[in-house]
Amino acid sequence: MRTEDLIKALDADARNKAMPLGLAWWLAVGVAVVVAAMVFFMTIGPRPDIMPAMHTMRFMSKFVFTLALTTSAFALIRALSTPGAASRRAKLWTLAAPALVMIAVFLELFVVPEADWGRRLVGSNMMICMSFIPLIGIGPLAIFLGMLRYGAPTRPVLAGAVAGLLAGGLAATFYAAHCFDDSPLFVATWYTIAIAFLTALGALGGRFFVRW
Amino acid sequence: MTGKDEAELSRLLRAAIAGDERAYADFLHRIAALVRGFVRRKIVQGGVDPEDVVQETLLAIHVKRHTWREDAPVLPWVYAIARFKLIDAFRRRGRRIEVEIAETFAEPEAETVSERDINRALDGLPPSQRSVVSSISVDGHSIGETAVKLGISETAVRVSLHRGLAAIAKRFGRR
Repeated sequence: MRTEDLIKALDADARNKAMPLGLAWWLAVGVAVVVAAMVFFMTIGPRPDIMPAMHTMRFMSKFVFTLALTTSAFALIRALSTPGAASRRAKLWTLAAPALVMIAVFLELFVVPEADWGRRLVGSNMMICMSFIPLIGIGPLAIFLGMLRYGAPTRPVLAGAVAGLLAGGLAATFYAAHCFDDSPLFVATWYTIAIAFLTALGALGGRFFVRW
Repeated sequence: MTGKDEAELSRLLRAAIAGDERAYADFLHRIAALVRGFVRRKIVQGGVDPEDVVQETLLAIHVKRHTWREDAPVLPWVYAIARFKLIDAFRRRGRRIEVEIAETFAEPEAETVSERDINRALDGLPPSQRSVVSSISVDGHSIGETAVKLGISETAVRVSLHRGLAAIAKRFGRR
């Protein structure tokens, strides 16, 4: 088939239209939030003392971290799924969440006596944390990997990893409403491990599942 | 030249997405020539046929045109896809190469004819899709003529064409 002939076929198919990728991403993230919320409320749900907890800095700081991660990963994944889109600034923004956590860890080490560090780091929930963040995030991750197939990521492995970050940030946001361990020491350790697991899974998905 | 190209090509693709088939054909012809120039300059040793990469890029541009943001420049988008498909082609050949970012713009070039990867992909289609795709491409029939010739509705032709092209884009070059 000559290229000339191929163009005839493509042209004849011009009327067939798909939803613009940008709009589809917003839709996908909406569905992912619903899926994550359903898993969260059907399994662990928010902690019973969530109202008074909302008046504490440590509890609220968790949402600052997870939402910073979620929004920056969302901006980055939209850029990475569009060929030729600039992603440098979005990449830099994904450093915001880790930077905020690190600042919080330093503050925590400063205000909490050393004897207490270990107890706060280990917490009471680490197994739940490490199993429920992946569990809440796995549905969203599948949706985001599907979106990468719908898009056109020229670096599929990286884009898949960012899909994992986004799913992890979203799942951690829900999980944070359940967890009693509000210390940044706990968050920096166990949340990171759980999100890293989803990120690795996303990278694998990008490698083997996202082909176009 | 490239600034004017950019504006003109964006205008054509916007018109095409809005439903102007003439604009789309015009867009694809120009893109094919530009991508051909780009790919030929990048392939200095044998092993990969530039025209295969041109065709694969055009198909990818077609099935992924919803990823172009209408307010973004179109040439970086086109070259990013061409570069991705070129690297893909080299990788399939078991060669590792670095293709630098396409900030250098290519000159349009004309097609040469030889046996194509796309024919293999076409042959792999279910018969109903294959007959529709080759009727419109190789034989140059319109949707309406194809419908009459094959004795099916125009809607069925459109569906088969769309599915056939999507399937070709998916299996292009995978062997």
